[in-house]
Amino acid sequence: MKGETRMYEVRFHGRGGQGAVTAAHTLSDAAFRESKDVQSFPMFGVERRGAPVAAFARIDEKEIDIKTQIYEPDMVIVLDMSLLDVVDVTDGLKEGGKIILNTAKAPSEFDFGDAEVYTVNATKIAVDNGLGTETNPIVNTAILGAYSRVAGNVKLKNIKKAIENNVPVKHDENKKAAEQAYESVVGV
Amino acid sequence: MGEQKGLTIQGNMATALGAKLSRPDVIPAYPITPSTLFPEKISEYIADGELDASMIRVESEHSAMSACIGASASGARACTASASQGIALMHEMLFIAAGMRLPIVMAVGNRALSAPINIWADHQDSISSRDSGWLQFYAEKNQEGLDLMILAFRIAEDERVLLPAMVGIDGFVLTHTVEGVKAPAQEDVDDFLPPYEPPHGKLDPEEPMTFGSLGTPEYYQELKYDQTQAMENTPEIIDEIFDEFEERFGREYNRITPYKCEDADIILLTMGSMSGTARAAVDEMREEGEKVGLAKLTVFRPFPGDLLKEIAGDADGLAVVDRNISPGFGGAVFAESAGTFINENRSPLMKNFIVGLGGREIFKRNFKEMYEKTKEAVEAGEVKKPVEWINMDEDVMR
Repeated sequence: MKGETRMYEVRFHGRGGQGAVTAAHTLSDAAFRESKDVQSFPMFGVERRGAPVAAFARIDEKEIDIKTQIYEPDMVIVLDMSLLDVVDVTDGLKEGGKIILNTAKAPSEFDFGDAEVYTVNATKIAVDNGLGTETNPIVNTAILGAYSRVAGNVKLKNIKKAIENNVPVKHDENKKAAEQAYESVVGV
Repeated sequence: MGEQKGLTIQGNMATALGAKLSRPDVIPAYPITPSTLFPEKISEYIADGELDASMIRVESEHSAMSACIGASASGARACTASASQGIALMHEMLFIAAGMRLPIVMAVGNRALSAPINIWADHQDSISSRDSGWLQFYAEKNQEGLDLMILAFRIAEDERVLLPAMVGIDGFVLTHTVEGVKAPAQEDVDDFLPPYEPPHGKLDPEEPMTFGSLGTPEYYQELKYDQTQAMENTPEIIDEIFDEFEERFGREYNRITPYKCEDADIILLTMGSMSGTARAAVDEMREEGEKVGLAKLTVFRPFPGDLLKEIAGDADGLAVVDRNISPGFGGAVFAESAGTFINENRSPLMKNFIVGLGGREIFKRNFKEMYEKTKEAVEAGEVKKPVEWINMDEDVMR
C-alpha cells in the first residue's frame, strides 16, 4: 500500500466485548497521526456481548467526503475464528483484497479465492502479555500490529501511540502485543 | 492564538467538547440514543474537574428543557442534548424557551420518530420543532458539530438575537463515528465567547421579576411579532459571527455553502451528513461532464432564502433533498425552497427527493439518480412528479 493515495477501507469482525470497535477507533487515531483523514465506526445499532459484530475504518490521504458505511473493504480482519462458520467474512471484499486471521494456522490452510490471506496468533500473543484469558483474550491491539505490517499504510509507532490514547489499561503490554504481532504475522 | 489540538473523536464527543469549551454553567440532561454519549462525556468533564458546571439529572426531557429554562432565566449559560422522542417530549418547553428569549443551546443527535421504533439517522425530530422559534444548525461532519456548538452559544446570546439554538449531528453517521477534528484552545474560545450576561434582567430573589407570564390578546401578537423579527434579523448577525469565527479559527461557515454551483445547470440542495456523499457524487458527475453543483444547508432556521436565490436563482433545476417528510405535502426543505422562489420572475424547476429516513443509506448513485430525474424534468420543461422517494426496497414494498 505504500505510496498509494486512494482510499483504504477496513472491516473488523469480532464478537461483542472483544474490542473490535476499539480496534477500529485506534487504527483511525494512528492514521490521523500521519496527517491522513480518517473515519471509524461500529455497525450502526445495538450490540450484545458475544454476538457477532463488525467495526469499520476508512483512511485516505485526501479529505474524506463520503458518509456511507463500508460495503467493499480493501481488508478484512477476523478477531475470532468461530465467526467463519456464521459470517461470510469475505462479503464485498475487493478483488485481490487482504484478510488477516487470528489463528495459529498457516495462510496456506485457508482458501478465500483470490484474497491474500495472512495469519497471526493474536490470541497467544494477548494471553502471553496478560491481556485477557485463554477463553476471553483481548486481541484487538495485537491485531493492529499485524495490520500495520500487512497494510503498510500506518506505522507501528503510531499504532503504539494510538494504543496509549485509546486503550484504558496495560499500555506497555498492549504495545508489546502489537509489536510481537507485527513481527510474527505470516504471509508477508 | 493558541494551537488547535488534533483529536479523533465521535460526533457526540465533538459536540460535548464544543459545549465544554463554551463553559456552560448548567447542563440538565436525560439520556436517549443516539445522543447519550453527550451527557456522559459532560459528566466525565465535571467529575475530572475539567468543567465547572452543575449537571442536573432530570426524570425526562420535558424536565431537562424546563430546567434549562429556569437556569437560563436566572442568567446561567444552559445547555442540553437530546434526540427523537426526547425532543418530541420537550416540544411544549421548546416554545417557552424561545418565547422567553432564552439563549439555550441543545446538541441534537438527529434520529427518526416512532412508530415504528427506530434509533437511526433522520431529521424528523428537529424538523418537527421548526416552528418553535429555535435557530437550527446542521453539521456535515464532527468538526462542524464542535464548531457549531461554540457558534450557537455566541449567536444565541447576541443581544440582537436572544433566541435558543439547536445543533444537529446525524445519529450514528456522526454521533457514533470517529473523525479527526481540531479543537480550538480554551483561551481563544473564551475570547470569542465572553460569559453570558442577560441584557434585560434575570431571575434574582434580590430583585424579583416575572418571566413568561400571561400575554393577553392585547399583547400576545406584538410579542410574537417581536420574537419573529428577532429571528428574521439574525441572518446578518450569523454571517458576521461566522466571518469572525473564520478569522479567528480558520474554518469557513456559511448559512448555505455552494460547491461548483457557478456554472451549474442543476443544483442539489442537501443538509447534514449526506452533503459529504453528495459532494463526492458531484465530483464524479463533473468528471463525466455534467454541469451539476451542490448547495449545503447549514442553517435551516432562519431559512436562508436570500442565499438560495443567489446560488440557485440562475440554475435550471433544483433537486431538494429531504431527510424528513411532512405527510400530505413533502419535505420541509422543499416547502421552504419553493416558498423562497414563489414571487421571483425566474425560478429553477424544483424536484423534491425524500431520502435516508430511519437510517436508510444515501449512496452516491442515489444523488446521481436525483440529478438525472431533475435533468429529465428540466428537459421536458415540466415537473410531473414533484416529490419522489429514493432508494426504496421493492421487496419490502410488496
